[in-house]
Amino acid sequence: MPVKNKKLNLKDKYQYLTRDMAWEPSYQKKEDIFPNESFEGIKITDWSQWEDPFRLTMDAYWKYQAEKEKKLYAIFDAFAQNNGHQNISDARYVNALKLFLTGVSPLEHAAFQGYARVGRDFSGAGARVACQMQAIDELRHSQTQQHAMSHYNKHFNGLHDAAHMHDRVWFLSVPKSFFDDARTAGPFEFLTAISFSFEYVLTNLLFVPFMSGAAYNGDMATVTFGFSAQSDEARHMTLGLEVIKFILEQHEDNVPIVQRWIDKWFWRGFRLLSLVGMMMDYMLPNRVMSWAEAWEVYYEQNGGALFKDLERYGIRPPKYQDVANDAKNHVSHQAWATFYQYGHATNFHTWMPEKDELDWLSQKYPETFDKYYRPRFEYWAKEHAEGRRFYNNTLPQLCQVCQIPTIFTEKDDPTVLSHRQIVHEGERYHFCSDGCCDIFEDEPEKYVQAWLPVHQIYQGNCEGGDVETVVSKYYHINIGEDNFEYIGSPDHKRWLSIKGKQSDDKESGSSQDAA
Amino acid sequence: MSQLVFIAFQDNDNARYLVDAIAEDNPAAEIQHQPAMIRIQAEKRLVINRETMEEKLGRDWDVQEMLIDVISIGGNVDEDDDHFILQWN
Ligand SMILES: [Fe+2]
Ligand SMILES: [Fe+2]
Ligand SMILES: [Zn+2]
Repeated sequence: MPVKNKKLNLKDKYQYLTRDMAWEPSYQKKEDIFPNESFEGIKITDWSQWEDPFRLTMDAYWKYQAEKEKKLYAIFDAFAQNNGHQNISDARYVNALKLFLTGVSPLEHAAFQGYARVGRDFSGAGARVACQMQAIDELRHSQTQQHAMSHYNKHFNGLHDAAHMHDRVWFLSVPKSFFDDARTAGPFEFLTAISFSFEYVLTNLLFVPFMSGAAYNGDMATVTFGFSAQSDEARHMTLGLEVIKFILEQHEDNVPIVQRWIDKWFWRGFRLLSLVGMMMDYMLPNRVMSWAEAWEVYYEQNGGALFKDLERYGIRPPKYQDVANDAKNHVSHQAWATFYQYGHATNFHTWMPEKDELDWLSQKYPETFDKYYRPRFEYWAKEHAEGRRFYNNTLPQLCQVCQIPTIFTEKDDPTVLSHRQIVHEGERYHFCSDGCCDIFEDEPEKYVQAWLPVHQIYQGNCEGGDVETVVSKYYHINIGEDNFEYIGSPDHKRWLSIKGKQSDDKESGSSQDAA
Repeated sequence: MSQLVFIAFQDNDNARYLVDAIAEDNPAAEIQHQPAMIRIQAEKRLVINRETMEEKLGRDWDVQEMLIDVISIGGNVDEDDDHFILQWN
């Protein structure tokens, strides 16, 4: 009878299969092999202190990932075979997926590239293995998201050219520039930016309540890829927290550097998430929780506990956290109002909320919605009803750092737009906030190079000077199909026919004054 | 100020056992049911014990199996062959 080998315990197995696979170089200098490890000023005295609490080894990694994939693809098949798109709450919901596929999925791919690169940059074996696994995870996220949404692409408009749009479309420069900024930083800043500030502190807001919302809107495919990706995220988040603790414990000189990165990447992440806030409050026909509620649970409560824990290292909560907390009652409305006005230049549809939806917003935002936003939305709805669907034909002023139009308001006065400007080497630069202005002033040589979509259009670099040419030729948005108002759109008509209803011919159509 | 740790699972059959085991070993934990997910939070500390899980499941259970159903966590992680712990210091 064969003797069963005694299983190694988790700690030993991790030690053998991870750390012991590394070696000390003998005929090359370590600095030559890992040339990017020191220029950021981060001091590492002992890489063996690096902890991976999950102690995941490659064999276990493949085993669990394979199981996740099998479950996920069984559900995709079932969803497609049963025409799952017909069972969603309302076709307006699909517009959130269009934004997701063009704005978020390419970031998964950027994360894959980022981790593959920084994994090469560290001389510590534990960090290298963790980054390698994460790179593979992120590639999986990018792929599974595209697979999930390819089913919707067969039935709805605006999903046909996501990678191309991500590189060019004006609002997609917001997520794209976020990740490009991280990927062009040094390896330690990249981990602070993405593993810690983004994944640990902020991605719950994207993947947890929003995906729960997808389930609530009958989208089995999306909730499944979302939660399948998020199961990897639990590991990524743990890595994020460990990275920060490791760097801070290595040397006290690291503390001010890390603090500056936390300030920067919290602010950049917060700005980026305005898009998610809008998706939750306006693009989920069945709502789970408001953006403000999600912010309270996942940032104020969980982030509060986290920064309290980090106090012992001399780390304080991010600068301008107070501005961000205050903005939870405004950003989703301000972002939706902007997309509504520029709906002729988007690959998804926009609309004004229906009466019960406005009531829900009034109830969820008692301090702000009725006072600052509802009257404007009711006015636009009335204009639309009278045949004057409003589009804004003036291109907006963009922030040099986050690249969002300067649409946000001052913390102490929601009737005043927040706008900062400085002159640097004879050029004037504009910002949405003190947070973004600080980031520029820290590294002006980086941000003067920003590719700002509006500037590029005006400079003639986008295949034409008028919006219509840019939108169709440069962005590949199909005019009259992908863009404009939802009511009366081909998607809307298709949905009505799926549900066996006639369109009531209250066409908002494309007879608007849009460019 | 209270300092909550949390863990969230997909609301599926596996999670049912995890939630039962957590509820048994962490009597003060608060269990929140949300669409497609279950979120559990507790003050400072939350533990999943392999032994309790094996009792619930009636089979051997590897602590790393929880990686398949977890959606998110908040807190410092400490894992070994017998337990998975989340805590704030
Ligand atoms: Fe990801
Ligand atoms: Fe991730
Ligand atoms: Zn900005």
